[in-house]
Amino acid sequence: MEDEWRPKQCSVLLPTESMKTMAESVGVGQLQEESCVALTEEVSYRIKEIIQDALKFMHHGKRRKLTSNDIDHALKMKNVEPLYGFQSQEFIPFRFASGGGRELHFYEEKEVDLSDIINTPLPRVPLEVSLKAHWLSIEGVQPAIPENPPPASKEQQKTESTEPLKAVKPGQEEEGAIQGKGQGAAATEGKGKEKNVARLKARSTHELSVEQQLYYKEITEACVGSCEAKRAEALQSIATDPGLYQMLPRFSTFISEGVRVNVVQNNLALLIYLMRMVKALMDNPTLYLEKYLHELIPAVVTCIVSKQLCLRPDVDNHWALRDFAARLMAQSCKTFSTTTNNIQSRITKTFTKSLLDDRTQWTTRYGCIAGLSELGPDVIKTLILPRLPVEGARIKAVLEGPVISNIDKIGAEHVQSLLLKHCAGVIAKTRPLPDNLEQYRADYSYLGPLLHSHVVKARAQATLQAQQVNRTTVTITQSRPTLPASQSSLGGTGGSRAPSIIKVPSSLTLMSTRPGTPTQPSPSATKYIVMATSAGAASTQQVITLGASQSSSPVTSTVPSSASAQQPLVKVETAGGGASSVGGSRTLQKYIVVSLPTSSSSSSSSETKSSTTVPSSSASPISAEPTVKTERSESPGASFHGSH
Amino acid sequence: MPTVCDTRSEMAAVQDAPVEADNEKEIKTETLNDAAGNHASAAGGVIPSPPVASTSSSGPAKAGGPGSEEQQTLMAVLQFLKKNNFVGAVDVLRREAGILEDSDESQGQELAASALGGAEAGDATCTLSRASSCTTSTPAVAAAPAKGGEDQPDVNVVLSAYSQQGDPALYQGYYSGLKKFVESVLDCHRAELSQLFYPLFVHMYLELVYNNHETEAKAFFEKFSGDQECYYQDDLRVLSGLTKKEHMKGNETLLDFRTSKFVLRISRDSYQLLKRHLQERQNNQIWNIIQEHLYIDIFDGMPRSKSQIDSMSGSLAGEAKREANKAKVFYGLLKEPEIDVPLDDEDEEGENEEGKPKKKKPKKDSMGSKSKKQDPNAPQQNRIPLPELKDSDKLDKIMYMKEATKRIRLGPESLPSICFYTFLNAYQGLTAVDFTDDSSLIAGGFADSTVRVWSVTPKKLRSVKSAADLNLIDKESDDVLERIMDEKSASESKILYGHSGPVYGVSFSPDRNYLLSCSEDGTVRLWSLQTFTCLVGYKGHNYPVWDTQFSPYGYYFISGGHDRVARLWATDHYQPLRMFAGHLADITCTQFHPNSNYVATGSADRTVRLWDILNGNCVRIFTGHKGPIHSLAFSPNGKYLASGATDGRVLLWDIGHGLMIGELKGHTDTVYSLKFSRDGEILASGSMDNTVRLWDSIKAFDDIETDDFTAATGHIHLPENSQELLLGTYMTKSTPVIHLHFTRRNLLLAAGAYNP
Repeated sequence: MEDEWRPKQCSVLLPTESMKTMAESVGVGQLQEESCVALTEEVSYRIKEIIQDALKFMHHGKRRKLTSNDIDHALKMKNVEPLYGFQSQEFIPFRFASGGGRELHFYEEKEVDLSDIINTPLPRVPLEVSLKAHWLSIEGVQPAIPENPPPASKEQQKTESTEPLKAVKPGQEEEGAIQGKGQGAAATEGKGKEKNVARLKARSTHELSVEQQLYYKEITEACVGSCEAKRAEALQSIATDPGLYQMLPRFSTFISEGVRVNVVQNNLALLIYLMRMVKALMDNPTLYLEKYLHELIPAVVTCIVSKQLCLRPDVDNHWALRDFAARLMAQSCKTFSTTTNNIQSRITKTFTKSLLDDRTQWTTRYGCIAGLSELGPDVIKTLILPRLPVEGARIKAVLEGPVISNIDKIGAEHVQSLLLKHCAGVIAKTRPLPDNLEQYRADYSYLGPLLHSHVVKARAQATLQAQQVNRTTVTITQSRPTLPASQSSLGGTGGSRAPSIIKVPSSLTLMSTRPGTPTQPSPSATKYIVMATSAGAASTQQVITLGASQSSSPVTSTVPSSASAQQPLVKVETAGGGASSVGGSRTLQKYIVVSLPTSSSSSSSSETKSSTTVPSSSASPISAEPTVKTERSESPGASFHGSH
Repeated sequence: MPTVCDTRSEMAAVQDAPVEADNEKEIKTETLNDAAGNHASAAGGVIPSPPVASTSSSGPAKAGGPGSEEQQTLMAVLQFLKKNNFVGAVDVLRREAGILEDSDESQGQELAASALGGAEAGDATCTLSRASSCTTSTPAVAAAPAKGGEDQPDVNVVLSAYSQQGDPALYQGYYSGLKKFVESVLDCHRAELSQLFYPLFVHMYLELVYNNHETEAKAFFEKFSGDQECYYQDDLRVLSGLTKKEHMKGNETLLDFRTSKFVLRISRDSYQLLKRHLQERQNNQIWNIIQEHLYIDIFDGMPRSKSQIDSMSGSLAGEAKREANKAKVFYGLLKEPEIDVPLDDEDEEGENEEGKPKKKKPKKDSMGSKSKKQDPNAPQQNRIPLPELKDSDKLDKIMYMKEATKRIRLGPESLPSICFYTFLNAYQGLTAVDFTDDSSLIAGGFADSTVRVWSVTPKKLRSVKSAADLNLIDKESDDVLERIMDEKSASESKILYGHSGPVYGVSFSPDRNYLLSCSEDGTVRLWSLQTFTCLVGYKGHNYPVWDTQFSPYGYYFISGGHDRVARLWATDHYQPLRMFAGHLADITCTQFHPNSNYVATGSADRTVRLWDILNGNCVRIFTGHKGPIHSLAFSPNGKYLASGATDGRVLLWDIGHGLMIGELKGHTDTVYSLKFSRDGEILASGSMDNTVRLWDSIKAFDDIETDDFTAATGHIHLPENSQELLLGTYMTKSTPVIHLHFTRRNLLLAAGAYNP
């Protein structure tokens, strides 16, 4: 502490030029140099003296900031007229000017027109001082209420989990241990032992207060319940509440057990809900999840690669769940992977292993590819691109061969579109021009031609976007600029697809509860918009998935609802590839509500800020090949390949 | 000025009636600016009965005694009075002190130089206590002699001691020679002798500056300032700016150094070692400084260790002299007044109504037996005249006892609940908070000069009706007390306007009828909580008043401020009854002892002083803080004192033995509030670092072993057990904790302004 002030304490002086300038300003010209030096020393000393006095006023005012009022009071104490007019709350903006060899710092005083002052609307009256009471602590335990700060900072949670012996931390933890009524004696005993004998790891109690138990119950019920509005609230609470860390073990167990049970029961809806909880937990900046990864990661991986996640694999869209979980996995790899836990390499190994296995089901295969693809272009390049010919052959065998199983066919189609989506971007980036169709065919066999068209589109898109970026001030992360904006394979997402295909039966309500909370734009790459159109008897719900990570170009999907023509439509424009951009660059997102039938209108009718977004093309320029054919009959799944 | 003498006339019986504000007289201190630099006179007015006898009897004995210093002090005062033509005062003083007319003439010259050193010549204050009541403003001016301005002969006198010339170039050599010597001595002496560095450094630097050797002074400072203990850095910072002889005039830090001898405690062995070394080297320069400016308190026995020294040093003027803490302090509690039987019956009825008839009996007995035992350490019941209990006070006492039965016993196993009162929208303007004892009202002082009072119970604040309306009501009716209140004025909070500067302290009277506030404008104001108007403005401090507090029995209050003088007032006197001078810097906080016989003051000179209200003596000086002290708290049994400072440390003191007995480390910023729980088991501290911390005070007091040796020498080994004593830390949401209060049931209330 003392080192900070030591350097040249006594030699801090005002420059003599300032003295001259001041002398001139009060009418004393031609000040002697010696007088200047003398004045400088005197003035500097007096200023220091006054500031030292002013500090007293700051201390007694119980503040950390020295204000101009403190200086005034210090002057008054010295029987000096205070400086009136310096009421600046913030720093005083000195301006610098030079000319004629002179340098000046002056306080700019603008001429103010009186009428301006009179005519300006009055500022808001500051609120009256008021008093509010809350419980800072109840019998030694600090309740987790908004008035109190988060009970434990992330760092604290970390030290607690990583260095339990070091964490001789007074405060809530210790308090909790002492206060745990039933365990009070045991806890203190444990503490005593820790001190004397073996340095036992301090037992951390996970007792929850009644309020916390209620909260936990409410939250978990809302998360898996049927009311979507409640769920959104609950998820937001999980994602933002700073005081959850005590409940974290319970949430973690809830999720892992929930996944275990619901995978067996093929309850897709619940799995989706649970994954959304995982996402919310990961979004919460105050939680230190590392301790619970051993429970969460298997659950997430299950949702990616499980061979069957739903009762009717031909109809239900479990692909979206796989995509979502894969994204979660990628996110957690990015966040939590360290050299000691090696999450990313272990996960990659798992995926690769089942991908290489010939007997792997299409569903699992899809999951593996999705999981790998989300890990970034490098992974795609090294692990998926070499596999393209093999996979292509396998897809070809299913699609063009004799129809064995409808489910296999759907699976193959999804895998194909997934491969195209992910690989095209990487190829476009890495493969040198020109894009020769034959060359593609040679390199990638069956998938060659399709890849070719995708890559060409991606390149075109990239150039187009580059121009647009130059023109506008949009913040687009240009990580994968050449990606074609092909939609994720979810039925109904392809902007260019015929509207009839994306008709989803209203019975399938879980479609609308796709991951992601529409009300709260999260930094994740994918945005889902749910719209409900109640048209006639069967109200349809539609989900528009805009994979921002895949589509570097903003895509406007206007999907006319099946029956009614005059329903309001929600359009989403996204820009930038969020998922690929490491470090959490937020994707720019906007919601535009338009009324049909002006479905293809651009953002002009929006109620949101439209100037910064890239003007969107009315329809996605890319046509996604695979289409969902809902009328297919289901086929039994093959061997289950548990990967967790 | 002679009119001031009237104040010492016998005071009327103690009563609550406040003096009309119109009667105030401003004490004209401006005329007295060129006062003799006399620090010694901790003076006071006369409290009604007993002090007169004790002071006057001790007077002649002292004056005639060997203490020539006291004599000189008296001379200084006399001379000063003469100079200002206070003939009456001179006569009175001379008569009291028994000094002959001509003797003061002859002694007058030498007094200034020599008498000034003994700042806290506690005994002299006895002599003066009566006489200087005529000159109430003397110490105030003397304490801050530099403030006035132009010509200050005393400063020159003070500084003239520096005029002895040494070769400026040799100073560095002297200092580093001593440094080498200290480094070469045995380990056990090194720590003790290292204490010399700081005062020597400062005095040598000042000598250089005084003799216009600016460059040498700067070089000297640059070279050696880094060696000083880090806790002196604030003072060094002041010194570093001081490079010219002209600056020395009016620099308070400098004057503190000159007017008070820096006190060091050194064992006899170490001292002999030093003496021998200096004599061998013929190092007269250093020897002179030691002789003239330092007070070396030599003790027999083991030299102290570095940690022992560090724990006690840090104050502006070194440690306290050992004898400064030897006076007997009656720290026991006063006997609780017996509550009349009929009231008790009434009380019991109330209990019966509540359906708990049995609980009352044993409690009453315990209370009764407790109060009957006379604590041997307690002062005489009437040592300080206390106001008589009114009926309403008795009712309140009964309420208090009732509540006390419901009190939660606290301890490490059962921590208090904390209710935090957050001041919202205070815009950094909240400067002081107080709760009433029954926790029904909160007062806040603000930087915008207002005082606001809130009711935290459903009962709203009502003021009394206007005089015209009061005439209309039926004075015979039973509910007259209810009728005089103006229902229309009921509100949850009231604003009190009157101060013209930030309000730095507020304090409720125990009976909740009055509120005190002190402000930057130099006044202490008494507000009525019946009418919500200002009743009196007490003027006496001419500089900002940093803190004020009511006595636990009401009527008296203490205030302290920038003028370094703490004043004891009674609500019905517009001039102070006592003035406690001796601190070397601003008095930053004040606290009454639970038995109302003593006050503690904390200061920016990093000492805590305990003053006897009866005779105005300073009976304890506690050194050890490394920063200005901003909070004080007495334990409920009156035995201990806790103090918190800007360095975030809380120190615990045993008043009876005059010892430091504990150090609580944990806070990272200024501790602005301290409070013991009602039974004294828990010490709560609130700080600028946005935390409330709870400490196990029982353990802290028990852990220290006070054997006879430590008690005799004051050398204690502080256990490093802050972490074990810390029972809990509770973070607030960016809300500095500026006040703490335990309710009668031991619920902890905390208050602070949200500071987004």
